[in-house]
Amino acid sequence: MGMTMTQKILAHHAGLESVQAGQLILANLDLVLGNDITSPVAIKEFSKLGKDSVFDREKITMVMDHFVPNKDIKAAQQCKMCRDFCMEKNITHFYDVGRMGIEHALLPEKGLVTAGNLVIGADSHTCTYGALGAFSTGVGSTDMAFGMATGKAWFKVPSAIKINLTGKLRKYVSGKDVILNLIGKIGVDGALYKSLEFDGEGLSSLTVSDRLCMANMAIEAGAKNGIFAVDELTLEYLENHNAEKPVIYKADDNAQYDEVIDINLSEIEPTVAFPHLPENAKIFRDIDDIEINQVVIGSCTNGRLEDLISAAEILKGRKCAENVRVIIIPATQKIYLDALRMGLIEIFIESGAVVSTPTCGPCLGGYMGILAEGEKAVTTTNRNFVGRMGHPESEIYLASPATAAASAVTGKITSPWEVMNYEV
Amino acid sequence: MKYKGKVIKYNDNVDTDVIIPARYLNTSDPKELAVHCMEDLDRTFASRVGQGDIIVAGQNFGCGSSREHAPIAIKASGISIVIAKSFARIFYRNAINIGLAIVECPEAAENIGEGDIVEADMDNGIIKNLTTGKEYKTQPFPEFIQNIIKNGGLIKSAEKETI
Repeated sequence: MGMTMTQKILAHHAGLESVQAGQLILANLDLVLGNDITSPVAIKEFSKLGKDSVFDREKITMVMDHFVPNKDIKAAQQCKMCRDFCMEKNITHFYDVGRMGIEHALLPEKGLVTAGNLVIGADSHTCTYGALGAFSTGVGSTDMAFGMATGKAWFKVPSAIKINLTGKLRKYVSGKDVILNLIGKIGVDGALYKSLEFDGEGLSSLTVSDRLCMANMAIEAGAKNGIFAVDELTLEYLENHNAEKPVIYKADDNAQYDEVIDINLSEIEPTVAFPHLPENAKIFRDIDDIEINQVVIGSCTNGRLEDLISAAEILKGRKCAENVRVIIIPATQKIYLDALRMGLIEIFIESGAVVSTPTCGPCLGGYMGILAEGEKAVTTTNRNFVGRMGHPESEIYLASPATAAASAVTGKITSPWEVMNYEV
Repeated sequence: MKYKGKVIKYNDNVDTDVIIPARYLNTSDPKELAVHCMEDLDRTFASRVGQGDIIVAGQNFGCGSSREHAPIAIKASGISIVIAKSFARIFYRNAINIGLAIVECPEAAENIGEGDIVEADMDNGIIKNLTTGKEYKTQPFPEFIQNIIKNGGLIKSAEKETI
């Protein structure tokens, strides 16, 4: 029986000729990732194993990104624990304040992931690297500890849903709109335990940034991983970021899929996911006037340079509405510097937005933009669960950077097509 | 293993942000986490949960983040087993890895009510609602996973080199 792209990567890393959906395997890992929230729990578990060293100091990375620069004493203690561990174990890829970025933007930028890799990370959005043709998936801290010690993890081989892409995105529409549309179609458990495999003639029109955003939110449909077929754009990206030599896995022609879903990119419109689930996707003809208090543009989903460029195009020469607090967070130091050199930061500040050092802070209600009771925010983040960004009675509307910027200007949830007078 | 307790019931898509809000993730101390368990969904949970109680929930329980703090908080609050129609996959493996018993049983999850007394016999895969007298059959865990749970989690399994 034919294998999916995911199944081929898993089989290869388990030293098997082939695998089938449902099979339990023990696979070798190319990279193990943790952050300042999940690593401390992993370090405690690791210490119970009584091992002096990790399996490979080059293949473990810890990124301090959730609550840094340290938001309080407890957060400082957690980062210190990670820092001390990485020093002691001589971990090569430890990224602290000044060198860090939001992990899922940072790792591709640093070339730490290449096509064909098997990556686990103690962060649910680890599925992001599927955009580069890798199998990558979020796990917990115990899996991270076990991975750091042995270089292995157990997996149940997933079945897959194939997403067949056709057409080309229209202006001011991005990968975020596509993935919100898809989650709206299949629901927050529509791909539970499964792979989402993206392919089709429309793939070539999606930038790597679009793909990273889409793979990032595969977890929001319950998926084990999201993965994109490797094409010239992928290879060019990997080369530009000095990633290791890619290994290209292609799904067999006779691979079995639970379902094939066609998405015509040309038909996707600016999309917003309403509270309190990412599946509550709406397009603007179904959206009434909703006044907002805050906009956040950033996160592992949409804090890349292309996202900032898209927001800046709309904010340039315009002012953020007076009653709206606009927070823009470049996802890495490099993105921050590139945005600065391109003049984007100036555009943001002149429009009335604040620009922050990289952090996951507001996305998960940590700090740097907590919502009060009854407040509403349009954000480019990935989850709009109850209380995710602050008070349990606040509301989060998920959208693209273009929609978030358009909403910042009008003070209500607004399509970028409206602000930019784009004729459809 | 047998688990017996009073049921606390929730709906579909109980996410890790309500199981343990991120504002408390600056600690990984199980007791501290347990105090805030379910806080944004059910402010009464921490005060009314008793040792051995059972959570029964709908689909996609534990969706969202990979924080192991979520099953840790549930376990530390005294919950003995979570029965749901389905689980989000990272939560599922985290629960197994830390030794929190969980089982998928859509029929039991649908019919068991808040406050019912339930006994889950996981050796034989039988869930019994002692309040109504109804019985439900479940799928046993594969041997591989049974070993992890029997040993008290993944790390203890690794210590015993069963993996």
